[in-house]
Amino acid sequence: MARQAPPRRRPGELSFAGRRRLFVVGAVGLAGLLLWGLAGLPDFSTFTPVYGQVLNRVAVEERSTTDVVTAVNFDYRGFDTLGEEFILFAAVLVLGLLLRALAEERRGKIDDDAPRRHPGKTSDAVRLTTVALVGPTVLLAIYITAHGHLTPGGGFQGGVIAATALLLVYLGGDYAAMRRVRPLTLVTTAKAAGAGGFVLIGLGGLIFAGAFLQNFLPLGQPGHLVAAGTIPLLSLAVGLEVAGGFVLLLSELLDQLLVLRRRRERRSQ
Amino acid sequence: MSFLPYVVAVWVCVIGLYGIVTSRHLIHAIICLSVVQSSTYVLLLAIGYRKGYAAPIFIDIPRSTKAVDPVVQALTLTDVVVGGAVTALLLAIAVQLDKHLGTLDPDELDPLRD
Repeated sequence: MARQAPPRRRPGELSFAGRRRLFVVGAVGLAGLLLWGLAGLPDFSTFTPVYGQVLNRVAVEERSTTDVVTAVNFDYRGFDTLGEEFILFAAVLVLGLLLRALAEERRGKIDDDAPRRHPGKTSDAVRLTTVALVGPTVLLAIYITAHGHLTPGGGFQGGVIAATALLLVYLGGDYAAMRRVRPLTLVTTAKAAGAGGFVLIGLGGLIFAGAFLQNFLPLGQPGHLVAAGTIPLLSLAVGLEVAGGFVLLLSELLDQLLVLRRRRERRSQ
Repeated sequence: MSFLPYVVAVWVCVIGLYGIVTSRHLIHAIICLSVVQSSTYVLLLAIGYRKGYAAPIFIDIPRSTKAVDPVVQALTLTDVVVGGAVTALLLAIAVQLDKHLGTLDPDELDPLRD
């Protein structure tokens, strides 16, 4: 973005302007094809897919769940959510692998010889605001996760909100403070328990109701906090997994800047 | 203009691709990829939307109320989660590239350099 002229060009390589011209040709074609395909869809706001309408009609009765989106995620299409959860799980694992301390790196201390890595003291106003926000943020995360079957929300949303509480600690305090509120063993355990718990609840359905992820617990009354059988439990499992995953993800990325040190000077290139 | 939301989805997709093609910084390219992906949110939600229909949350409305499609909304949630995972992985790769090659300009990434 900062540089204007592209660096030396290899023989046969397109210039920047040439690349852009080539893209315009391709993009017009792509947009035309997409629009042509989408033109075959019913006009906007004239069509309601039948599957969704059936679910809207029956989900509240069948599952005691007033949020039909959550009923789809954690019950009717629970198997898809299992895959989705494990995509995130695998992504965080691979991120940890990519950002591990390499052979030429070591884990330094925060207060060692690299003063330019210090973000500096934050102002009192920022510290006060963020400290005041940490509690309500955690509470909101629990609320959103626990009420997923009643109102918009659920484990994915609640888990991400919980992870932002950690970022608030980093923003208002410092990295050392953030490390204290983030015991990595506990976070990893929560993440694993969330991923494993989802599968175990699914197996419970297989044992007690005859199908994987079948809702096998008492359903209770619609609109009650304790209702909807396995849906709140699955939501909680996802919440743990997502919160743990995002905390690990943020920690790994911050470690890159603040903890990892190069052992030797970079070789001249 | 009953076709407009679909046009918006296509436009968001193509403008994101334009950003990737003309990018001079990998972080910028990764953000552009997120823009491309957000076109799928627009498309999914546009398919399920119906004017005058309520959200599919029946906590405070009668159960017989007509509501928009919940399935595409659940799909959009999946889409957002996968998008987050992809962005995080690409950012990690960008961090390591910068460490190894000292640049994030795609034009300076020479496949033949050791």
